[in-house]
Amino acid sequence: MLCDICGKNPATVHLTEIIDDQMNELHLCEECARAKSAQMDQQFGLSDLLAGLAEFEKPDLEKEVSTLKCPNCNLTYADFKKIGRLGCGECYLAFKKYLGPLLKRIHGSSRHMGKTPVKILKALKPKVSLEELRLKLQKAIEAEEFEEAAKIRDQIKEFEKKQSRENNATKGDPNAT
Amino acid sequence: MQLKDFIHHTSEWLKGTGPNSDIVISSRIRLARNLDKIPFPHWANKKRLEEVLNIVSDTVARVNELKKAVVFKLGDLDSLDKEFLVERHLMSHEHAQKANNKAVIIDDEEIVSIMVNEEDHLRIQVMQSGFNLHECWQIINRIDDALNKELVFAFSQDWGYLTACPTNTGTGMRGSVMLHLPALVMTRQINRVLAAIAKLSFTTRGLYGEGTQATGNFFQISNQVSLGHSEIEIIDNINGLIRQIIDHENQAREAMVSHNRAMLEDRVSRSFGILKNAYIISSQETIELLSMVRLGCDLGMIRDIDRRTINELFIITQPAHLQKIEGKKLSSQERDIKRAAIIRERLKI
Repeated sequence: MLCDICGKNPATVHLTEIIDDQMNELHLCEECARAKSAQMDQQFGLSDLLAGLAEFEKPDLEKEVSTLKCPNCNLTYADFKKIGRLGCGECYLAFKKYLGPLLKRIHGSSRHMGKTPVKILKALKPKVSLEELRLKLQKAIEAEEFEEAAKIRDQIKEFEKKQSRENNATKGDPNAT
Repeated sequence: MQLKDFIHHTSEWLKGTGPNSDIVISSRIRLARNLDKIPFPHWANKKRLEEVLNIVSDTVARVNELKKAVVFKLGDLDSLDKEFLVERHLMSHEHAQKANNKAVIIDDEEIVSIMVNEEDHLRIQVMQSGFNLHECWQIINRIDDALNKELVFAFSQDWGYLTACPTNTGTGMRGSVMLHLPALVMTRQINRVLAAIAKLSFTTRGLYGEGTQATGNFFQISNQVSLGHSEIEIIDNINGLIRQIIDHENQAREAMVSHNRAMLEDRVSRSFGILKNAYIISSQETIELLSMVRLGCDLGMIRDIDRRTINELFIITQPAHLQKIEGKKLSSQERDIKRAAIIRERLKI
């Protein structure tokens, strides 16, 4: 059998290519196979690269990582390493400990400096100053404005709950699954 | 507005106007956004994808900034329609694959397009003619804010907008500028320029986006980093780089005109001659020859044809456009004949 590409040398390498679900068999000589292989290296996908970057963590953390799972969408860290894509926004929180270094390697920084959504900007305001909220609560109680005080108390509770959730995620709690 | 109306319409980015439009074809910004808590498209089931599609379509209908936009569900389009939209740069090639529960939303001037359920729930894109990223940013920022009044996006204070792929996290922004650099290619300086661009963490692509080869001297340059800088900083960085490339291209053009004018005029005129007279022409040859004619136009060697006509020819000679104009499927050979006919018609003086 002669090489499918040059048609001159005998084919010694047999290759099966799958592109968009279409299977294609190629029979190549050694020289053309080498050229083809260089071409295939260039197509080496982004997900492979990302998986490679994430791989850095492996030696000491393998056990912890293997049980890590996003509570919102059930994507595991192992899934992420395989496909190079996160499952949902909450994955970032669930895998925070490992994604921080990864983002830093990709972007050279892991701190967002761009715009903040209008909605979150509003929601952030009370969150920024827990101390202020506590002070306000104190004042409301002193002034016997109990309805207002209850509202502020709920805000504080909500904030604390969120904070502890975030802390847990930072620790990469293996029980989070 | 229907899909077939687009064919009689020049996309904003092809108008050949705007700053530095001799060298810069178009500028484009895209933002990646996802709905809070809902799995990203690749990880979502059919029901969640439908939900996203419905939420986004309903929202777009209410947003004033997108009053004239039309929602095209990809499931309703045939493969030719989809290819047509890809050729017009209104959606990506990837988006056209496996079209279930996907949509593309396009405004009537083809400045704004939103891909729904591509790699992220929303991929908002704004295009302008010429070197104009700041204008793109102003438009897209307004649209993003308007959508955000109705939708909650996945966002973290530390890491910004959360995207399916960590390479887009942060601003979720990619700014791209499409350049026509024939003189840098002809004077064999282009590889040096491209190598320098890669070192500065920018990427270069061909005319049709991700994974395409640069052909006919067209190069699309965009930022790679999306986290750690503000949107304006990223845009200023791209602009700084593009300005230098424009200067190099201009110097190369001047050098060629002063040292090699006859050679250049010969190539330009021969290219123009083939385009005006050919009866069978491939897409590849068309792009290469049009590139030369565009250069001749920029340098005042060809005066009786404008940039807009040339820009339009780049697009309407693409396979899906030819078939849309003809109103039926055409084989590759039939397309080469039709392509030549359209070019002759448009270049008739």
